Amino acid sequence: MSQALFIKGGCLVDPSRGINRIGNLLVLGDSIVYEGEGVPEMPQDTLILPANNMIVCPGFIDLHCHLREPGFENKETIATGIAAAARGGYSTICCMPNTDPPIDSGAIVEYVTRKAAQESSVHVLPVGCITRGRKGLELADMDELARAGVIAFSDDGASVTNSQLMCHAMDYSRALGVPIVSHCEDTTLSNNGVMHEGWVSTMLGLKGIPSAAEEIMLARDLILAELTHAKLHVAHVSTQGSVDLLRQAKEKGLPVTAEVTPHHLTLTEESVIGKQPFCLRQLRQHASSREEKELIPLFYNSNAKVSPPLRTAEDIEHLIIGLREGVIDAIATDHAPHTLADKNCDMDKAAFGISGFETALGCLMSLVHSNQLSISLLISKLTCEPAKIIGRGSELGTLKEGSRANITIFDPDSEWEVDGQNFVSRGKNTPFHGYSLKGKVMATIINGRIAYRDSSLPLPKPFSATKNKERGEDKK
Amino acid sequence: MTTAFSEHDNASGFSSPSATLRRRHILDLDDFSKDEIELVFKTGDAMLEVLGRKIKQVPTLRGKIIANFFIEPSTRTRSSFELAAKHLGASTISLDTAKSSMLKGESFINTLHTLQNLGADTIVIRHPQAGAPYLAAREIRSSILNAGDGWHAHPSQSLLDLYTIRQCLGNLEGLKVTIVGDIKHSRVARSNIWGMNAMGIKITLCAPYTLLPRHLDGFVSNSHLAPIVVTTNMEEALRGADVIMLLRLQGERQESGLLPSIREYVRLYQLTEQRLSLAKPGALVLHPGPINEDIEITPEIASGAQSVIDKQISNGVAIRMALLYLITGGNHAE
Repeated sequence: MSQALFIKGGCLVDPSRGINRIGNLLVLGDSIVYEGEGVPEMPQDTLILPANNMIVCPGFIDLHCHLREPGFENKETIATGIAAAARGGYSTICCMPNTDPPIDSGAIVEYVTRKAAQESSVHVLPVGCITRGRKGLELADMDELARAGVIAFSDDGASVTNSQLMCHAMDYSRALGVPIVSHCEDTTLSNNGVMHEGWVSTMLGLKGIPSAAEEIMLARDLILAELTHAKLHVAHVSTQGSVDLLRQAKEKGLPVTAEVTPHHLTLTEESVIGKQPFCLRQLRQHASSREEKELIPLFYNSNAKVSPPLRTAEDIEHLIIGLREGVIDAIATDHAPHTLADKNCDMDKAAFGISGFETALGCLMSLVHSNQLSISLLISKLTCEPAKIIGRGSELGTLKEGSRANITIFDPDSEWEVDGQNFVSRGKNTPFHGYSLKGKVMATIINGRIAYRDSSLPLPKPFSATKNKERGEDKK
Repeated sequence: MTTAFSEHDNASGFSSPSATLRRRHILDLDDFSKDEIELVFKTGDAMLEVLGRKIKQVPTLRGKIIANFFIEPSTRTRSSFELAAKHLGASTISLDTAKSSMLKGESFINTLHTLQNLGADTIVIRHPQAGAPYLAAREIRSSILNAGDGWHAHPSQSLLDLYTIRQCLGNLEGLKVTIVGDIKHSRVARSNIWGMNAMGIKITLCAPYTLLPRHLDGFVSNSHLAPIVVTTNMEEALRGADVIMLLRLQGERQESGLLPSIREYVRLYQLTEQRLSLAKPGALVLHPGPINEDIEITPEIASGAQSVIDKQISNGVAIRMALLYLITGGNHAE
C-alpha cells in the first residue's frame, strides 16, 4: 500500500458534485478518504503536498488517443504514451484500435491491457474495431471484444462507408451496452485532401477537405442511431454544421454524445501557413537554428496536418458554444504521435495527426484565460462527462470520498513554452511548438500514487517530519 | 581586352542593373513587389541582349553549380533552365528522377542534402506536390528556385508571361487579362494572380465552376488582392481583353467527373476566331504549353498573328537566366 498523501490548500474543482472551493484531500491507499476544509486524522508518515494557488481536480479522462503499440513502436509505445498522458494530467485514457494488428480480437485487447498494467500508472481502456481488420467489410467479433474489456467500438481513422454494415454494427452493439465511436468522413468528398477546403488551401494549391465531408457522414450516423437506438459517440467534431446536427439530434433525445479536441478548439486552417491563433501567443518561429530558415514563411506546415483538418475561427466559435450548451460532451486529445520522417515531408505525403497529451491542458486553459469557458465547465469536459460516456460515471471523474484516488493538480497561471523536442511522447509532432501556454500540470496522482510530478513542484514532505521539526523549534 | 568567355570587358559580361534581389529563394510571387518584378524585367532585357549575340554565353556564374531537380516530366521548363544555366557559364547537375536513386527509395530530403553536399549553389525544383520547395528551403542552405510545385506556383512562368506582355504592349498597369481554363488545378494561374496583381493588371478568370477554386473570394480578401472578376461565360470574359491566357486542359479532368466531356468543354471554352474577335483588336494570346490543339485553342490561332506562344518560349530562357543570376550571382551566398 502506498504512503498516505495529504493535498493541502488547493482549489478543489469537482464538477461531478458542483464543487469549486479551497480545501484539502486525504488519500489513503488507492482511495480518497477525506475531502473538505478541515484537517482529518492521518497516519504519522503521511506526505504533505501543498497545493496553494493550484487547482485540484479529478484525474483527466481521455476518450481518444493513439498508443501505436502493437505495430508502430517507432511512433509511440504503450509505455511512452502512458508517460506522456500522465504528464498531461490524464489518469485514464482510451486507445484507438488502429494498431498493427488492429485491436479486433480479445487477444490483442489483452495484450494492450497487460502491457499497460506493467506501467502501473495511467489506466488504459482499449477501444475495439467495428470491423475485422478495420477493413469495413465484415463485423469484428464484437461480443468477444466487449468481454475482453473494450469500452467502445471504432474504426477510427476511417469511416465505415457501407451504411448497411454500420447499421448492423449499431444494432449488434445495443445488446453489449458499448457505444459505437464514429469517425465521420465521407471519403469520396475528402478525396485525398490534406487540409480544410478554404482560402488557405486555395492559396497553397492543396487539395481541400470540405466541412461537408464530415457533416454528411455525421448526418448518416445520427439517422442510423435514431433507427437502431444504439449508443453513438461522435469523435473529434470540427465544424459548425456538425454542432448544428448534434444539437438537433440531442433535442430529439437521441442517445448521442460527442467530443472535440484541444487543437480544433484553438487552431485554424491558418496554422498551415504558420499564423498564430487569436488566443495563443507565439514566442518564436518554428524550429530554426539557422538564420536563413527564419526568412522562409512556415507555409505547408505539416505539423498542422490532422484529420479532421483544422477549420476556421467561425467553426471554433460554434464548437465552444457547443461545449457550453452541452451539445458537445467531452474534450478528447486524439493524441496521434508520429516520427519525424512521417512529418518532415510534403503535405501530401505527411501523416495526419498531432501529438496532443502534453499540450492539451495548456492550450485549453487559453480558452479559460480568454473567458470563453469557465474552469469548472472545462474540467467537467475532461473528467465526469467522459466518465459517463464510457459508463464509469460512478467510479471515475470524481473526488468524492471513497472513490479511487485519481487526481490532477495543475497551476492555472504558470506560463511555459512548448518545445516538441522535450515531449516524453515519442511523437514530437506539434503545431504548438514555440507557443507560450498558460496552465501547467504539476502532478498526476493515479490509484493514490504520484504518477507524475513537475520538477518545479517540491517533493512532498512527510507529515511527521514537519511535526518533529515544529516540535524541535518548540523546544528551543 | 576581352576574356575568352565574354564579348564585353566587364565582370558580368553584360550590362546588369545595379540592384539585386534581396532574397535567397524564389518560391512564389506572393511576396514580390512591383519593383522586384521590374528588376527581373530589366535583368531579362540584358539577358535577351546576350541571347542575341553570336556567342550566347557569359561567364557570370562561372564556378557556380546549378542543379536541376525535376521530379515530374517537363520539357520546356527543364530545357529552358538548363540552357539558362549554361548561357551563364555555370556548371550544371541534372537529376532525372527516372534514373536517380529516388527510385531506390532515397527520400526527397536526402536527395536535397546530396545535391547540397555536391556543392549546388542553386537548386531548381519541379515537384508534383505543392509546397515541396518550401520544405527544401527550410531544410538546406542552397538557394531554391521553384520551377513548379503541384497546383501551387510556377513563378518563372508567370514572370516570363508578364515579360512577354510588357514586351508587346509596353506598360502592364491597367491591362485587362483574361485567364481561361482549369484555374483550380493550375500553378500558372496562381502565380499569375500574384504577379499580375502586383503589376496593377485587372484579372478575369473564366472556367466552369468545377475548374474554379471554391474559396477564391476568401483568398482574394484575406490576401488583400484587387478584386478578380470570375465568370463561366467565355464571351463575357473576352470582351475588351488586352490579353487572353489559355491553360492546358488535362484529360483526367473528364475522367474524374469535373467535366461532362471534352467535346462540351471545347464548345464552351475553346478560343475560336469568332470569340477572339470579342477581345480588343490585336489582343495577345498566351499559352504556357504544352498545347492541346483543337481543345483549348484552334491551331490557326495558336500559330496566328496574335499568338505570342513562341515568344514566351524564347523569353523563358532570358527570364530564367535573370532569375538564376539574381539569386545565384547576388550577394547572399556566405
